Amino acid sequence: MFWSVTQSLLGGLLTTFQIFLFTLLFALPLGLILAFGSMTRFKPLRCLVQVLVWIIRGTPLMLQLIIIFYGPGLWLGHNIWSGNEAGRITATVVAFSINYACYFSVIFRGGIEGVPAGQREAGQVLGMTKSQIFFKVTLLQMVKRVVPPMSNEIITLVKDTSLARIIAAYELTFAGYSFMKSNGLTWPLFYTGVFYLLFVGILTLLFNHIERRLDYFR
Amino acid sequence: MAILEVNDISKNFGSTTVLHKVSFSLEEGSALAIIGSSGSGKTTLLRCLNFLERPDNGSIVVRGETLFDASMPFKEQEKGLRTKRLHFGMVFQSFNLFPQYTALENVTLAEGLLAKEREDYKQNKKTICEQIEKHGRELLDQMGLADRMTHYPHQLSGGQQQRVAIARALALKPDILCFDEPTSALDPELTGEVLKVIRGLAEQRTTMIIVTHEMAFARDVSDKLIFMDDGVIVEQGDPKQVIDHPREERTRQFLTRYAQG
Ligand SMILES: Nc1ncnc2c1ncn2[C@@H]1O[C@H](COP(=O)(O)OP(=O)(O)OP(=O)(O)O)[C@@H](O)[C@H]1O
Ligand SMILES: [Mg+2]
Repeated sequence: MFWSVTQSLLGGLLTTFQIFLFTLLFALPLGLILAFGSMTRFKPLRCLVQVLVWIIRGTPLMLQLIIIFYGPGLWLGHNIWSGNEAGRITATVVAFSINYACYFSVIFRGGIEGVPAGQREAGQVLGMTKSQIFFKVTLLQMVKRVVPPMSNEIITLVKDTSLARIIAAYELTFAGYSFMKSNGLTWPLFYTGVFYLLFVGILTLLFNHIERRLDYFR
Repeated sequence: MAILEVNDISKNFGSTTVLHKVSFSLEEGSALAIIGSSGSGKTTLLRCLNFLERPDNGSIVVRGETLFDASMPFKEQEKGLRTKRLHFGMVFQSFNLFPQYTALENVTLAEGLLAKEREDYKQNKKTICEQIEKHGRELLDQMGLADRMTHYPHQLSGGQQQRVAIARALALKPDILCFDEPTSALDPELTGEVLKVIRGLAEQRTTMIIVTHEMAFARDVSDKLIFMDDGVIVEQGDPKQVIDHPREERTRQFLTRYAQG
């Protein structure tokens, strides 16, 4: 039994990991773009981004997930997500990417604005272009500032992946829960918790490592 | 001909006039000191010269070339802004070194980026980079920082940081080097080492504009002195004459207040 539970949970972990990884992959750059959007001098764009962030942060992720998964089918008459597991994971990644991009954008914005204006000005008087200033001067200082709040968000993301169960994506929590439903077993639930703990533990080590790597400057 | 001519520069922030019809000129190889009380517009003037602020009025001419004229169309003003900026160097009151780079990298960063735009960069990459690094080392050596090349800014004292900042500004060989109160953020015992470096630059006939509260230093090192108050140039002329025998009542008041501490 232990072996079959383990196998099942590993299967769920794979889905959880896919949601996690792809969400990060899309939400990080999208978050940066939204951060720039929320700081632009072009007012309509700035307001648009601010409203988007307000809506996304102001409503439950679970609700967003349900709307994104079922909405297209109801409005368009046909489901844009294929009915299989891959379709569910894709829909989850889309909903999560939008949601997390909004949270990330606020963190990025804080990180960028936290870099003193004098840094940008020093770059300007040295004849650097805007993009050179961003990539060579601001970026790393911003990264250093955003690592702690980002690690918080990213650890939350690990656990939020369990929301995908609501659209029947077979992720880790779903896998653990199914044994309770079918066999009345509770220990797989605790076993599932161990999987999350290990996942988060590895991430914590990774973030500590990154923080230490960025310790060489202030 | 003067290397720099500033004509009738005015600058408002909202409804407050911070600079009003500021005009002066600067000869090549000479040092200009600017003194004046807090809020008189000295920093704003240097920021205008470095295109960090856009004047509302007036023009800036370097070596006969009009870099800025408020009456030019906006597009024209923006054109080649980066190249125009390179005529000026800026040393900030708060150093503004890049914390993630070593002293040497701070000095060589901009020159390295500019070199990448050269047509022969790809072919001669190695020699160009070596030259830039050599140049950076020479500058830091000149600043008395030969043993601090690989230190990060936070590992340096304020005086050392400011000397790195001076080397960084010199690296691009600006026509005119601007200092905005280079020693104001330093502990008193550290101002000397920075002033000594600036004095050295003056002896090498570096064209400079120095905003400072170090009256004795200004009197000693500069070839010309400007006293500013409330956004206007009240008095300009020979430093010793202005400081020892000011013609204007406002200058006299400022100097008396200054002498009293
Ligand atoms: N970005 C800005 N917006 C609005 N007002 C400004 C701005 N920058 C400067 N000022 C105002 O312009 C005036 C001149 O400021 P500036 O910094 O040029 O003075 P300063 O002579 O350098 O003074 P200090 O000796 O204290 O450095 C001040 O009254 C200041 O409040
Ligand atoms: Mg000032």
